[in-house]
Amino acid sequence: MALLSKKDRGLILDPLADNNPITIQVLGICSALAITAQLKASIVMGISVMFVLGVGNVVISLMRNIIPSKIRIIVQLVVVAALVIIVDQVLKAFAYELSKTLSVFVGLIITNCIIMGRFEAFALGNGPWRSFLDGIGNAAGYALILVIVGFFRELLGSGTLLGFKVLGDPIAKTGLYGIGYENNGFMLLSPMALIVVGIIIWVQRSRNKALIEEN
Amino acid sequence: MANTDKNGYTVIFAVVMVLVVGSLLAFTASSLKPAITENERFEKQQNILYAMGINENVEGSVNFVPTNKVEAEFGKYIKEQLVIQNGKIEKDSSAYLINLKQELAKDMSERKLPLFVGEKEGKDYYIIPMYGKGLWDAIWGFIALDENYVVQGVYFDHKGETPGLGANIKERYFMDDFTGEEIMSGTEYEGITVAKGNNDPLNERKDDGKVDALAGATITGNGVTAMINSTVKLYIPYLKDLKI
Repeated sequence: MALLSKKDRGLILDPLADNNPITIQVLGICSALAITAQLKASIVMGISVMFVLGVGNVVISLMRNIIPSKIRIIVQLVVVAALVIIVDQVLKAFAYELSKTLSVFVGLIITNCIIMGRFEAFALGNGPWRSFLDGIGNAAGYALILVIVGFFRELLGSGTLLGFKVLGDPIAKTGLYGIGYENNGFMLLSPMALIVVGIIIWVQRSRNKALIEEN
Repeated sequence: MANTDKNGYTVIFAVVMVLVVGSLLAFTASSLKPAITENERFEKQQNILYAMGINENVEGSVNFVPTNKVEAEFGKYIKEQLVIQNGKIEKDSSAYLINLKQELAKDMSERKLPLFVGEKEGKDYYIIPMYGKGLWDAIWGFIALDENYVVQGVYFDHKGETPGLGANIKERYFMDDFTGEEIMSGTEYEGITVAKGNNDPLNERKDDGKVDALAGATITGNGVTAMINSTVKLYIPYLKDLKI
């Protein structure tokens, strides 16, 4: 792949697995719990964060030499908030339906600790192109976990995927429900997202011993 | 740059940043305002039409009349827009733009209540807007009644109910349940209750004023009940006059 150097490729690929923002850095857990009851919401949130983090990282990276260090957190916050508001307004004007789906997430994007974390840890010390790749990579790692969690929560909690009744109809008792299967309503509640994330962390660490911290 | 730590620089940076970001946001907001208002107007028309059954639903999903057609359809099916104020009923062709939230907060004498009369295939529909609160934030909607106070259709929407739980009030399987329910019990106003455990998940009993609740969304469901009961009730005396 001539497009990206080995190091740049690492920026994109590492956060997907061995340096995943959710399962390894344990950032962005709050929104991962809040919105993963449905697969569609997980996907939309993943894409939104990818956009905001990619663009935000570039903006912060371009400004990195002129930001006063005393107020850098405030500056980062202003950049995220401004970006999110602009995106929200543009969507409301040109993609109204989409903006209605997104409405609840807008606030959650601003508070997502992955965004501030990557601004602080990466964009302040690296050039725009690498910061962009880092932003996309981390957001993709975040989105990946969100989609996995959303998949299991929607499938086991509601018996649907993206709204399609893949396990049959629970009211008319068709499909799996015909032989006595019941949806697990507990999966729709936030604590189950934490348990699913915990299981992912467990699987990941048992496959790669290097990830286990020594006491 | 070595001087970025100086207090003076920090203050100037903060001031410039606020000015730049502030004017950028103000510019974006004001330049997009007309398009956003237009979208919100279309959405209201779509919602009203949806409640009286003018929609393009396919297979369990909610599909409105497309935005490029909605204005014409609205003019075609909604034959009268009325405003009820202080006991008087007047015609007002922009009644659908009334903000119900603000009106409900006003004194009875100043309150304007919009009511829409639609006609489809020779049948009259009385469409009442509703506004209330769910678990996290506002919920609102429209309910269409026929002259016997039987629900012909509803539309619900919400600002921030939990996805997968309370947010399902705007799903077909919940909204469709309301069709056919009666809001009157004899001559008394009864409303419709979103009920848990009424042993009627398919909603086959239409005369009990109850629809099956959503699992895991008790408070949103109670909000829907309260919203229907409180707002529709305000219209009942006038519906009797209109006679309906």
